[in-house]
Amino acid sequence: MKYRPRTFLLELVMIAVAIGFLFPVYVLVTLAFKDPQQIANRPLSLPSPPSVGSFGEAWRSADLGSALLNSTLITVVSVVLLIAFGSLAAYFLARTATRLSYSLYILFLVGIILPFQLGMIPLYQLVDNAGLLGTYQGMIIFYTGIQLPFTVFLYTGFIRSLPADYTNAALIDGASHLQAFAHVIFPLLRPITGTVLILNAVQIWNDFFTPLLYLGGSGHETVPVRVFAFVNQYTSNYGLVAAGLILAALPILLLFLILQRYVIRGFASGLKG
Amino acid sequence: MRVRIAPPWWFAVPAILVYAVVVLYPSIAGAGSAFTDWSGIGNAKTFVGIDNFKQLAHDSQALGALRNTLLLTVAIVVVQNGIGLLLALGVHTGIKSRMALRLVFFAPVVVSPVMVSFLWKFVYNPAPDAGLNAALGAVGLGGLRQDWLGNPSLALWSVAFTVIWQCAGYSMVIFLAGLEGVPAELHESAMVDGAGTVARFRYITWPLLAPAVTINVMLSTVGGLTLFTQIIAMTNGGPGYATDTLSTVLYKQAFVFGKFGYSTAVALVLAIFVAAVSFLQIGYLRSRETAA
Repeated sequence: MKYRPRTFLLELVMIAVAIGFLFPVYVLVTLAFKDPQQIANRPLSLPSPPSVGSFGEAWRSADLGSALLNSTLITVVSVVLLIAFGSLAAYFLARTATRLSYSLYILFLVGIILPFQLGMIPLYQLVDNAGLLGTYQGMIIFYTGIQLPFTVFLYTGFIRSLPADYTNAALIDGASHLQAFAHVIFPLLRPITGTVLILNAVQIWNDFFTPLLYLGGSGHETVPVRVFAFVNQYTSNYGLVAAGLILAALPILLLFLILQRYVIRGFASGLKG
Repeated sequence: MRVRIAPPWWFAVPAILVYAVVVLYPSIAGAGSAFTDWSGIGNAKTFVGIDNFKQLAHDSQALGALRNTLLLTVAIVVVQNGIGLLLALGVHTGIKSRMALRLVFFAPVVVSPVMVSFLWKFVYNPAPDAGLNAALGAVGLGGLRQDWLGNPSLALWSVAFTVIWQCAGYSMVIFLAGLEGVPAELHESAMVDGAGTVARFRYITWPLLAPAVTINVMLSTVGGLTLFTQIIAMTNGGPGYATDTLSTVLYKQAFVFGKFGYSTAVALVLAIFVAAVSFLQIGYLRSRETAA
């Protein structure tokens, strides 16, 4: 494509749009680097001199370190279980042409459009009765179940588009079904496993509603729940809240920058039914 | 000779078990509780028929929430996808900053909605010399200053705009994937035939974007109908009930007022809405895809 005067004009327009788009980030960053006096006098100006005191204080008072660990643990284990359970089930559903497997597939699809609010309260009771409120296990089981329909849907679509079976040779060589799946089929699913991993990880990491209900006050809170409590506690201390928000968002933004191509591809490709 | 060995049925068992415990059983139990007076404490519940739904039909807070939910959904579906499409068309060109711009517009998608909501609360600071109001003053538009979240007739749209800001990049990325599937030769031969930019968009790009439109409309509709986090974080449903949605009402009915039976009735209405809209949209948008 040639770079014409019109292209240059478009470039200027798009950059102007991006600057406007980033205005909220400017507001946040300038607040975080100002002391309360500067905020009171000139809230929107650039900080001069910049002060970084809010960051240390926010990190400690929001207890972000432990929240990051909680989020990481819950996200990683849930995603691993989703990949394992989802790919196995989808392989059965995609490679078996019986009425049972078709009905099961439809049953999973129903879960995609069923809003989780419908089962929210009975599930809360179930988790409570099982003694799993405030635990990692409760959250991990919840995420594995709630994200399974979408995961099964993605894997089944992908497996159906693969050419027929490669497992037969392995099975005839005496491997078990599980070994054949793990060594022959699973590696072929890498592209869709990447998508499943990214979409589920972002969803679980950022989820708020259920961890608020299940983990609030337990000490096992994830980052969004901890930030919510922190902001409500220090609501009038703008600099401190802004610094806390930046620190809490930074890990996932850095990860996004490192894996940008995969993340964008995952979001763009994952939903082609 | 071809040996056909089907995968064993137990491959599906772990998934079915977790799915049944977390989704199927609670949803069925929830739909059942909608017809009881369950208080959430213990298991004492009496069957009350459709009393909860009768109450719902006369509950001005719930009806207002239904109206808010629908308004929010329409605004989000139209504006988010409109902006997403414009952004996609803008960066799907020869401009040098296209890759950097994609990152900028997409970045909010990966951040937690709770944090984006708090970020926008700073932007919507009602003080005349802070956030958006200060910026309006700085460019000579001081007359447009508002109490963005405190004004009951404005708050809903302020929340909608926050969602749109966060999710427009998601729509953009899906439209971009669609645009990359449009063969360049089609545009070239149309240009040779003298078709202008608008005509080429209307007759080549737009019809071929149909699958991307389907995905985007479906995603933003379900997102809008079940909107919860941004409301709780920004306005908690206020001022008054001005920004309550079905999700916030059913949450408050259950966990603030202890009316679990009534709450699940609201949830059942929400579920029926989502299912009905999804089916209608799939039917309509798929027929558009095949027509294209």
